[in-house]
Amino acid sequence: MSFLMSHLLSIITFLPLLGALFILLARGSENTIANTARWVALIVTIVDFALTLLLWVKFDGSTAAFQFVERAAWMGNGISYHMGVDGISMLFIVLTGGLMPFCILASWESIKTRVGEYMIAFLVLETLMMGVFAALDLFLFYVFFEGGLIPMFIIIGVWGGKRRVYASFKFFLYTLLGSLFMLLAVLAMYFYAGTADIETIIDTVHFPVAMQSLLWLGFFASFAVKMPMWPVHTWLPDAHVEAPTAGSVILAGILLKMGGYGFLRFSLPMFASASVTFTPLIFVLSIMAIIYTSFVALAQEDVKKLIAYSSVAHMGFVTMGLFTLTQWGVDGGIFQMLSHGVVSAALFLCVGVIYDRMHTREISAYGGLVNRMPVYAACFMVFALANIGLPGTSGFIGEFLTMLGAFWVNTWVAIFAATGVILSAAYMLYLYWRVIFGELVKPALMTIKDLSLREFAILAPLVAATVLLGVYPKPVFDVTSASVAHLIAQHKAEVAYDQAPHQKQIKLASRGDMR
Amino acid sequence: MYTAIVFLPIVASAIAGLFGRFLGARLCEILTTVALFASCALSIVAFYDVAILGHSQIVMLWQWITSGDFEVDWMIRVDTLTAVMLVVVTGVSSLVHLYSIGYMHDDPGRPRFFSYLSFFTFAMLMLVTANNFLQLFFGWEGVGLASYLLIGFWYKKPSANAAAIKAFVVNRVGDFGFALGIFGVFYIFKTLNFDAVFAAAPAMAGKTFLFAGHNVDILTTLCLLLFVGAMGKSAQLGLHTWLPDAMEGPTPVSALIHAATMVTAGVFLVCRCSPMFEHAPDALAVVAIIGASTAFFAATIGLFQNDIKRVIAYSTCSQLGYMFAAAGVSAYGAAMFHLFTHAFFKALLFLAAGSVIVAMHHEQDMRKMGGLAKRLPFTWLTMLIGNLALTGFGIPLLGIGTAGFYSKDSIINAAYLAGTPVGQYAFALTAIAALLTSFYSWRQFLMTFHGKFRGGEGHHGHGHGVKLEDVHESPLTMLIPLGVLATGALIAGAIFAHDFIGVDSAGFWRDAVAVAYGHGGGKEIPLWVELTPFVFTLLGFGVAYYYYIMNPELPAKMAARKGLIYTFVYNKWYFDELYDFLFVQPALKFGRFLWKFGDGTIIDGLGPDGIAARVLVTTRSAVKLQSGYVYHYAFAMLIGVFVLATFFVVTGGMP
Repeated sequence: MSFLMSHLLSIITFLPLLGALFILLARGSENTIANTARWVALIVTIVDFALTLLLWVKFDGSTAAFQFVERAAWMGNGISYHMGVDGISMLFIVLTGGLMPFCILASWESIKTRVGEYMIAFLVLETLMMGVFAALDLFLFYVFFEGGLIPMFIIIGVWGGKRRVYASFKFFLYTLLGSLFMLLAVLAMYFYAGTADIETIIDTVHFPVAMQSLLWLGFFASFAVKMPMWPVHTWLPDAHVEAPTAGSVILAGILLKMGGYGFLRFSLPMFASASVTFTPLIFVLSIMAIIYTSFVALAQEDVKKLIAYSSVAHMGFVTMGLFTLTQWGVDGGIFQMLSHGVVSAALFLCVGVIYDRMHTREISAYGGLVNRMPVYAACFMVFALANIGLPGTSGFIGEFLTMLGAFWVNTWVAIFAATGVILSAAYMLYLYWRVIFGELVKPALMTIKDLSLREFAILAPLVAATVLLGVYPKPVFDVTSASVAHLIAQHKAEVAYDQAPHQKQIKLASRGDMR
Repeated sequence: MYTAIVFLPIVASAIAGLFGRFLGARLCEILTTVALFASCALSIVAFYDVAILGHSQIVMLWQWITSGDFEVDWMIRVDTLTAVMLVVVTGVSSLVHLYSIGYMHDDPGRPRFFSYLSFFTFAMLMLVTANNFLQLFFGWEGVGLASYLLIGFWYKKPSANAAAIKAFVVNRVGDFGFALGIFGVFYIFKTLNFDAVFAAAPAMAGKTFLFAGHNVDILTTLCLLLFVGAMGKSAQLGLHTWLPDAMEGPTPVSALIHAATMVTAGVFLVCRCSPMFEHAPDALAVVAIIGASTAFFAATIGLFQNDIKRVIAYSTCSQLGYMFAAAGVSAYGAAMFHLFTHAFFKALLFLAAGSVIVAMHHEQDMRKMGGLAKRLPFTWLTMLIGNLALTGFGIPLLGIGTAGFYSKDSIINAAYLAGTPVGQYAFALTAIAALLTSFYSWRQFLMTFHGKFRGGEGHHGHGHGVKLEDVHESPLTMLIPLGVLATGALIAGAIFAHDFIGVDSAGFWRDAVAVAYGHGGGKEIPLWVELTPFVFTLLGFGVAYYYYIMNPELPAKMAARKGLIYTFVYNKWYFDELYDFLFVQPALKFGRFLWKFGDGTIIDGLGPDGIAARVLVTTRSAVKLQSGYVYHYAFAMLIGVFVLATFFVVTGGMP
């Protein structure tokens, strides 16, 4: 038990990789391998999820300090294998763990070719995503962060739709370009600070204001693409459209959150003054994302594209909230990411359900589904409402808190953002009408079946999570509050430091014991 | 007990909604109806305990959102204002449940219908029992959702779907203001709890804050923002267009949601926030002007509508205007009183209209009715009572009359007593609206029940007209609610006038509203003011009788002539066309433009596609090669990390 507890993060992170190895070793006919792969992946992801829940239970929300810390020398010279979670990162690990079993289940029947490789890609991806949220070393983070690109690229490129090559290259180009700038920034930080340890840098290193701006922009290039923020969002709709259902789930549920997490972990505490300088830029881009993409969503003819565009709008609320640097805005931004992780994942799963039956995502190919699929319609309705941000669903709380924070900082920002609540209702209900309501007249739909037991088992827990988080979000805030308050205090102190006359640029408080 | 009042409906709703297909429709009907009647019985007890005996309550349920110093909890607050709403909501809702058993008896979606109805009731109860702005907003959106679901209940009809979306989106426009109002309240007061906000409100009077780049009066701005929300929900001028379309929903829904309860939420909000509005005279003036204007405007549209439900819908819109007009002249007690009596007689009118519609085999066009009084005597009687109450019939000098007589006249009087230009505007428009109300009400009544039967003629080639012999009175489950509501419409005014707006009203309301009956107290009401509504009501009846009984061919001729005013009014002042032109069409076109041109041509064209095209042209094969390298390289990196971690896990951490 003590071994488990003292290495919980590493185990959570690398268990899926172990599962991937196991599948790699499987022998037999194609069918046997496929079945083995499915079951291994399912069991591994469920066990991993259970472990993340254990992490949540054992997590102490009253402190902002990093917990479950593991540390080992890696490449020397201040680069180490350093893992740990605080209130900001912990729930993303739970979210990742929670979504993976659904992804495996959602791919159970729809993936028929190269099942073994598919499952391996997903398990590797899980390891990398877990690592992103647990890493406390710049290079370790970079490896995980960029590594995630590759399995995703492969998932879209191999198991994707018709234009998969175009989509996966667009995805790859965008994110790779962004991450190049980040790599430069990481190197600069390392050479300046003499350490790659994130905790040490946050606590003790002050970058000169001019350098901060460059570093901030370097990270921004990568995070803005990952979010994605307007105007570098155009890869997302294409990637979603071509990705298999589970790929979309991971893309929307987890990968989109890495940008927001990055802002929280790097930009805000490390480059505090630069963050303040660039806040207006973030606000403008966030508002553009909310309004612009909502209008675009209104005009979509493809279900997945519509949801993808709505994701961009929802991420606009996140970036807006984070850069208000108020407790509400940041809490709200984190909550919005978690909620969106559940809701958008569920929406893509919903699309997957009908795509598996009809093999089209055209909105006009559907209509009147409620006549034959009442259970499906009910589930879809809950997620649609959460996406609209109806109070009582998880979608409301994040949106509300981020706008509350925005109002505090700048009423114009809140006013513009609030128009998003009108537009989201318009595009979501319009979609729901065209797909679900109406007379069932299309001949192809006459024999369509309602949710199977497997599909119901996928959607029902997500419905429960959506409603539960909406009426009782306290467990989430219990985790995040202390760390967010600490983050804001730290940010304020850094800004104050930069404005005060400089004494020393680097305090050497804890650097000694790193070496 | 208070928890039970609120949560009984949602439990029933959840059971009916989740297990309806296993339980069967009948069981769902009984379950939800019984739950509602139980909730209603408890509400009456609560009303007695809280409003009469004065035992206000606040029950803590559980924490909702806690983020820094932003703390909002789920609570149940029951003061006099809430107690009145509890009785109205559970009373009408339980009767509508009962009525629906008859009205919907051959609809296959009954479990769903009853589940929605009970869910609506729950949301409405959460709204009225809220102890802070956010829970109120939860209920607010919840009833909006229920309204959306029920308007679109017959989801196969495109018109029902369109109406449902319209209702939701137009309400969201109002919520846009409401939400900003809530942010503003928290920004100023650092809390969303009613008591704390209202206690601090007087100190903010006259102060300013920076909003949208301007220094504006705090309370005026906040109140106006909240009022935008109220306008949406209560279908006031400008945001009213969804309400008539909402008649696409089943008639019991129209009675419960779109007449008696949900649409009055805006009035409730203004009364609830009366301690803030009292210190924002400019905002109050806006409320009075919008209210009075809506009362007049909606009444004009009601004049020439031919759909029996749409007449009542515009009437609702107009009556809500009365309530706002009352609130706008600080007569919050009168506003709530009219809300209370209106719930009885408007629910009655809708349910009676529903009885007619069922009898006419779902024909709603009054031009195909007429002479139904003999076939539907009970419905006729209740509709008559409803109309008397709506038109505010009573004997002015004796002070005896139907429910509407007390409440409506009290509003007209309060407007007069206000003595301000705004008050005079409200007085003039509400008095004229009383004339119009009388005309459209009696026109509707006479067209439906009197004169010659005009159905069954196979109008314009529709060969399926209803014959008069096929028209039968409705079943008992529908008639009982009619009877109960008719009784209320007759006597509720006389019984409660004393409490709501009488000399002792302050003892009834306590602190629930800031002022019960305006600031003009003590002044005498001249005789002509007292008589005006009465005379106007008679006049309206006279005109309706002249046109629809004595000369029934005249209206059709006038309609055929298509006079300018007639056309304008008949087409509802062209609001729908205007909005479609201004907002709906441009939004879709704008979205398409941004998508194709903004995303496609500009962003992708200059960005990835442009780059990709250059790259692909020059190094088509190299890309493939490099991507292969990336792949290998990354896996090597990953395996490295993995080996490291394994080593580390196995050796226990220290190298």
